[in-house]
Amino acid sequence: MDFPLMLRVFPFFVEAAWVTVQISVLSLLLGLVVAAVIASAKMSGSFALRAFGSFYVSVFRGTPCLIQLFVLYFGGPQIGINLDPFAAGVIGLGLNIGAYMAESIRGGILGVERGQVEAARTIGFSKLQTLRLVVLPQAARLMIRPLGVNAIGLIKGSALVSTISVVELTYTAQRFIGSTYKPFEIFGIAALLYMIIIYAVSRAVDGLDRRYAIN
Amino acid sequence: MQGLDFSVVTPYTDILLLGVWWTVVLTVSGAIISFFFGIFFAVAVLYAPKVIAYPIRFFMWLFMGTPLLLQLFLIYFGLSQIGINVPALAAGIIGLGLHFAVYNADVMRAGIISVDVGQTEGARSIGFGRLQTLRYIVIPQAVRNTLPAIGNNLIVLLKESSLVSIIGIAELVHSAQLAISETFRPFEFYITVAALYYILNLVLETGLRQVEKQVEVSR
Repeated sequence: MDFPLMLRVFPFFVEAAWVTVQISVLSLLLGLVVAAVIASAKMSGSFALRAFGSFYVSVFRGTPCLIQLFVLYFGGPQIGINLDPFAAGVIGLGLNIGAYMAESIRGGILGVERGQVEAARTIGFSKLQTLRLVVLPQAARLMIRPLGVNAIGLIKGSALVSTISVVELTYTAQRFIGSTYKPFEIFGIAALLYMIIIYAVSRAVDGLDRRYAIN
Repeated sequence: MQGLDFSVVTPYTDILLLGVWWTVVLTVSGAIISFFFGIFFAVAVLYAPKVIAYPIRFFMWLFMGTPLLLQLFLIYFGLSQIGINVPALAAGIIGLGLHFAVYNADVMRAGIISVDVGQTEGARSIGFGRLQTLRYIVIPQAVRNTLPAIGNNLIVLLKESSLVSIIGIAELVHSAQLAISETFRPFEFYITVAALYYILNLVLETGLRQVEKQVEVSR
């Protein structure tokens, strides 16, 4: 182990980790919005909306995220979409994780007992009131875990944006492995930083889960 | 901005189909490695002495917490660093295999624990050795119970196999990149590649459903 080298390159990795965090947070937010829209579409009364929701989920889950990024970043200019690597990365990851999170949200809503809806309707709640006051608060609790799993997957998936030259953790690691020929040391640093980010997120998810757990 | 024209793809049909072939080869070899190493890791974590179990647990923890892409770089460059020169294809298969072995092991470990203790006791009392009990009684049941989850991992493996194009393996994505370098038509080729992955994925999902149904019936 070449520790002096590790110390020397460490600052670059901290900077790169910050980019990984930014990309992950922004695409997570975009993904949540996409997921809410797609989940509502899939559960709506309209056949066309349901079909669209299913189509979206099946396309984005049925093809590699890498290819989705490539279509957006390399293919985009051909149809008039010119994005810089960072924006393409955030949008590509967000659209992708949105499809997975839509299923987590839908699962949470379907997980609320049917009797809850019936009871709320019986005592005179409207459909919207039932959704807002009875179903969603309970569903939200059921969504914490699955959405947390999605978020952690997203952090690891954010490594993909290194292929469209966003200078984040994996890109930086690749560069330093190429220039120093010390794959183990460089991997160690990058792995450490990924672990710290993922650990923080999983602690946050645990905390939320405990705070809002039904029992 | 040029008009889209998917007829540019036609002359590259052979190259793309060759890419599909290599993607299938990668996925199948990765799946085989990840299945058997998955069982091995799961058994080692549960039953092996600490000197073996702890390093494997550490390795699993490390590989679950880092991106596959980073692991591929480690394996590809790391192996040559320690004097083992393997072709990119082998590094890709090893990388995919080990990455998914860890996920399979995680599932399988839970599967092994959930096999009823009575099964082990029964096998032991009719004279099976510890290894025999594992091999013939516990693991087959654990595999059967965890089949849906292992199938899901396999579906992810197919898609993630696209990543090995980064270390220069000539699979589907690489074929597309070759065609794009000659035609400058990324949109058409990447959409085509997406469609091909979608079809492969559909075939795999249908196949897995059939297998699951068979297993359900035979229960």
